[in-house]
Amino acid sequence: MVSHSYKNPPESPIATEVRHKICAALPDAKVEITDPDGVHLAATVISAQFSGKSKLAQHRMVYAALGDAFEERLHALQLTTRAS
Amino acid sequence: MDATIKKQIESIITNHPVVLFMKGTADSPMCGFSMRAVQILEKLGTPFHDVNILLDDNLRQGLKDFGDWPTFPQLYVNQELIGGCDIMVEMAQTGELAQLLKPHTTH
Repeated sequence: MVSHSYKNPPESPIATEVRHKICAALPDAKVEITDPDGVHLAATVISAQFSGKSKLAQHRMVYAALGDAFEERLHALQLTTRAS
Repeated sequence: MDATIKKQIESIITNHPVVLFMKGTADSPMCGFSMRAVQILEKLGTPFHDVNILLDDNLRQGLKDFGDWPTFPQLYVNQELIGGCDIMVEMAQTGELAQLLKPHTTH
C-alpha cells in the first residue's frame, strides 16, 4: 500500500524569513506562522523571555527582531505573543 | 527624528485623550487592521480623534520612531501608546480596553 504523505506546501520566503528572524532573536521561541497569501501573515510566538513583560513590550521585541523585513517585504502581520 | 514632527505628535496626543493614528479615516478606513480598530472603539462608544497617516509621510515615519512601533493603526490614550490592532483586539476581549477607556466613554 503506497502511502501518500501530503507534504504541506513549502513555506513562502517571507514566512521563512519571519521565522528565522524571530528565532535568531528569541532562541527559545516556538513560532507558528499561518500564511494564506504570502502577504497577510499571522504569527504566534511563545517564549519565556516574554514573561513579566507587557503585551506592548512583547510585540516590540518581535518587531525589533523583524527589523527592516517589516519595512520592505512584510505588509501585514497579525501577532499573538505568550510567555508559555 | 525631526523636532517639528515630534512637537506635532506631542500636540496631537496632548490635545486629544484618545487618538487613533490610522490608514484612512474612521469613516473610510483604507486597511483591514485600521478598520477593525475603528470598529472596536465605536463598539465601546468611545469618541476618538482619527489621524490619517497616509496623508503625511513625515508624520508616518515620525510615529514609528516616536512610539518605537513600526505598524499602523496605533492607539494612544492619555499620551501613551497602547498598541496596534492585535493588542486592541486582545484587550477588548479581556475587558481591559473598556476599563482603560471608561473615563473617555460618554454613555
